[in-house]
Amino acid sequence: MSLAHRIIPCLDTDGDRVVKGVNFAGLRDAGDPVALAARYNAEGADELVVLDIAASRDRRPTFLETIRRVAAELAIPLTAGGGIRTLEDGRAVVRAGADKVTVNTAAVERPALISELSREFGAQAVVLAIDAKRTGGHWDVMVRGGRESASLDAIEWAGMAVTRGAGEILLTSVDRDGTQSGFDVALTAAISKAVTVPVIASGGAKSPGHFVEIFQEGAADAALAASIFHGGVQPIRTLKEFLAARGVEVRLPC
Amino acid sequence: MKVTILDYGAGNVPSVERALQRLGAESLRTSSPECISNAEVLLLPGVGHYAALVRALDEQNMRAPVIGAIQRGIPFLGICLGLQVLYESSEEAPQLRGLQLLSGTVCALPSNVKLPHMGWNQVAATRHSCLLDGIESSAYFYFAHSYAVLDSNGVSAATCWHGAPFAAVVEKQNIFAVQFHPEKSGDAGARLLRNFLRIAS
Repeated sequence: MSLAHRIIPCLDTDGDRVVKGVNFAGLRDAGDPVALAARYNAEGADELVVLDIAASRDRRPTFLETIRRVAAELAIPLTAGGGIRTLEDGRAVVRAGADKVTVNTAAVERPALISELSREFGAQAVVLAIDAKRTGGHWDVMVRGGRESASLDAIEWAGMAVTRGAGEILLTSVDRDGTQSGFDVALTAAISKAVTVPVIASGGAKSPGHFVEIFQEGAADAALAASIFHGGVQPIRTLKEFLAARGVEVRLPC
Repeated sequence: MKVTILDYGAGNVPSVERALQRLGAESLRTSSPECISNAEVLLLPGVGHYAALVRALDEQNMRAPVIGAIQRGIPFLGICLGLQVLYESSEEAPQLRGLQLLSGTVCALPSNVKLPHMGWNQVAATRHSCLLDGIESSAYFYFAHSYAVLDSNGVSAATCWHGAPFAAVVEKQNIFAVQFHPEKSGDAGARLLRNFLRIAS
């Protein structure tokens, strides 16, 4: 009896549509978030993440409505974020039906946001998203959708965030995101070893073998992917059977 | 039969409402002491900090009616913090008093494992469990917590393990409680809720 490794599909949304880019750019439409959520719930996804990648103020009501409609389809946990700048923004997504709130750029600019959210909702509801990019001998934290360097070491930032009350790290490799060349094992292992909270690896997944690698060598607690799931290229059920056959503990849906 | 859901302001009430709705059960969310006193079935879906729940129970005068309703023998289901608050106290907020309906205290899970204990885990029944009736022993449930009732003496109906064994399912007369979130636990969670509704009806 031990904790299963989680498989988490991610819906990057712009308003009421799912989009997915390559290297954070070149966005293209990938479908209806509510239909995808229902499918993943039925296929045995362990959790779902919904990110508002546009995160513009005027589209916020549309995003909250998307969370509401997605949450109504789920009997699994839902994490939502993108453009969460204040405690009030966090409250709005929780009220709309999210179990966890994810913060990124705003937390780098004002780390107290993590403590505020953690005090109100508990550490289990606060997910710090880190977009990390290899720069010389270390990983740099990137902000604003992976475009700007925050001049902050990713390992150091992860540790600081946990001290402030983050209960989980959603770690995206900017170098790997959208490339389908596999998760960043070295980055994930380094962060996972450095913090006491679960780490979700993201960016670069294509083959089932990439998932085996990130769990067995990257010490990830969960792995997140988007495009390979949306297009139906990689059904979650067959991915989990592949993992189970290779000794990775997963929750097989009945 | 109507399930009265205690809404103390921070609980994950909408998910629980939706889960009950899918099972065809009627529910009412409330923080009114009168409604709690008159409840036929009571559900406490806690999430977040122990102190927030205990303070809300006291500030909104819910403590006495909740204890009264449970002592009167109505079916009660506590989820996550809703399990923890049944005990005497918690290390998460040692200065506060729990509902003290069950003896024992809530402790921090050991720090040699990743915390929070977050994700899907299995439970092992230690005796016959009405809540787990018909659910395969290989089923997974969704957990998200850092504190638990550490249980090495088999006091609970089922235990889970994360650094140490802890109470996952508690059943004592009309008191039922789970450390995981059945409303977030897919088909297995739905089955557990259905078992509770059947016991309560």
